[in-house]
Amino acid sequence: MTALSLRGIEKSFSGNAILKGVSLDAGPGEFIALVGPSGCGKSTLLRILAGLESADAGEIMLGDRDLSSVPAADRNIAMVFQSYALYPHLTAAQNIAVPLVMRRLTGAQRLPLVGPLMPGQRKAITEIKRDVREMAVSLKIDHLLDRKPGQMSGGQRQRVALGRAMVRRPAVFLMDEPLSNLDANLRVHARGEIVELHRRAGVPTLYVTHDQAEALSMADRVAVMIGGSLLQLASPQVIYDDPAHVEVARFIGQPRINLFQSVVGADGRITLGDVSLGLSRETVSAGAPVTIGIRPEFVRVHRSGQQGLPARIERLEFLGSEIIAYCRLDAIGEPVVAKLSPAEGAGLAAAMPVRLDFDADRLFVFAEDGHRLRPELMGAAAPLETAHG
Amino acid sequence: MNAQAFTFGRAVRLSILIFGAVIFLAPYIFMISTAGKAQSDIFSSSLSLVPQHWSYVANFTKALTRVSMTTLLWNGVVVCVLIFVFQVIIAIPCAYAMAKLKFRAARLMMVLVMLGLLVPIHATALPLYVAFDRMSVLNSYFALVAPFTISVFGIFLFLQFFRAMPDDLIHAARLDGMSETGIIARVIVPNAWPAITAFAIFSVVAHWNDLYWPLIVVSNQAYATPPLGLLYFRAAEAGDDYGALMAATLIITTPLVAAFLLAQKRFVEGITMTGLKG
Repeated sequence: MTALSLRGIEKSFSGNAILKGVSLDAGPGEFIALVGPSGCGKSTLLRILAGLESADAGEIMLGDRDLSSVPAADRNIAMVFQSYALYPHLTAAQNIAVPLVMRRLTGAQRLPLVGPLMPGQRKAITEIKRDVREMAVSLKIDHLLDRKPGQMSGGQRQRVALGRAMVRRPAVFLMDEPLSNLDANLRVHARGEIVELHRRAGVPTLYVTHDQAEALSMADRVAVMIGGSLLQLASPQVIYDDPAHVEVARFIGQPRINLFQSVVGADGRITLGDVSLGLSRETVSAGAPVTIGIRPEFVRVHRSGQQGLPARIERLEFLGSEIIAYCRLDAIGEPVVAKLSPAEGAGLAAAMPVRLDFDADRLFVFAEDGHRLRPELMGAAAPLETAHG
Repeated sequence: MNAQAFTFGRAVRLSILIFGAVIFLAPYIFMISTAGKAQSDIFSSSLSLVPQHWSYVANFTKALTRVSMTTLLWNGVVVCVLIFVFQVIIAIPCAYAMAKLKFRAARLMMVLVMLGLLVPIHATALPLYVAFDRMSVLNSYFALVAPFTISVFGIFLFLQFFRAMPDDLIHAARLDGMSETGIIARVIVPNAWPAITAFAIFSVVAHWNDLYWPLIVVSNQAYATPPLGLLYFRAAEAGDDYGALMAATLIITTPLVAAFLLAQKRFVEGITMTGLKG
């Protein structure tokens, strides 16, 4: 069942294609993180969904309602902005009340001086005040209700912005990097709170971020957008362990995945050090360029022995629970990053010659266009494997 | 001020500023002084700031009785308030649209505003006068107010101010369910007070002191604005009675000086925020 569905959204600004046909479905109550480098179109997608920009092509369905031509005010979509966009002249309580005032009061009831004379106005305002207070209590900001945004800290403003977005019980919840203006400690704390609020509200949420840690830790599914295309939409585990595209593998993971350029051998196999992988001849022909990827945690560093490729350690980073070793392969001069446990890394030093070898079943192979190729492991029978996605 | 801060450099700076202030204030001070002098005092060969015979009461009585000062001041207030209100009502939505909405004619509008800034009132005075004459609306508040209701300067000033307002604020307002009119009334105007105050001073000062346009369209004393009234006063009543004339001028300039002193802080704030220099 899908609650929210985007179909083939396209957008270009003065000839530059920003979104190249993005499709995405969100289930009811699902938390989807849109992640990608800056300029990949993720914020534009959010703005189109909110109705702040119009798409050149494509449709937006909320349930069975087509939203494409509905103005922003009538979409019942709430958004939390990176800058929070609180009204500077209103107190926190008034800020949170705005969406309710705009929806529950008629135009005449909102007028100054005349409004209080309209029937039903007093009752509606009492209800609004009650709802605002309830919202504030649930966000633990009820002591701030009389303050203006200028008198609040970043974290407090962010809560008021969340309150303003949630108080009217929207059908969809959009967040545009809501944590990027908070300091690091608060950010980690706020992640958990947003997930909790999302669970309570139970509406589909699209969360835009450029921080992969946020995306992986918070979302039910992660959508990786690169260059205006949605390359993969999957659970955080799948995104990390089974990337469908070389750009997804490159973007997700810290430190970055190691990538090597290679070509398919005459026998249809590719080799990296001691590892040799067979590729189905249906998908690639001999001599075709491919990219091989291996995550740093699956690179093993040996100080002795004949196993693996000779390399030299250039730099070591001690991070407490792990050690990052920056190495360079002797043969081809390519850099390789290895993530080691402190035990594995003990005794290593810069400029030390080492041998690197790789976990064969952790290697990713990508075709020239970036799509994933599924290799047959050494000696395995040859089931037909095709490029994924 | 403590003695430590009073260095030589500071003394030089202050002296220069004081010198400048004295030069700028001298005519006004001389006016205050003349307003209290008797006729013989004014035309004496010696120059003194302090009147020898205090004639403030006599001069002010003349200024207040020989010309209907209340009508003049009232006309000034009506004309300035009407002009300012219409200017703001027209300029704010216009500047908002140009700053924050995307529409095809936006660039053309900008060109028109710039063009409007370049054309002085003196160039359009004659056609306007002929048109008002044909419409038989000379000698009316309409003739005094109408040509100034659209202020390109106002549009330009608000435009600069609104451009600095974050787009997200407008987006949030739209998502909260506001119409474009609602955004102007509930978000733009409440946050634009510094700019509105600054513009108020520009507008009111210009139109309170304007002699050129009232002189063209008003020949009936009942619609005379303060500067025009002053002209009549000099021509018809005072002759060479400069004491009374200066007293009348003092009365007419006082409201503006008082208003500026009261709004000074906000005024400076507004100008700094718009990035315009006074």
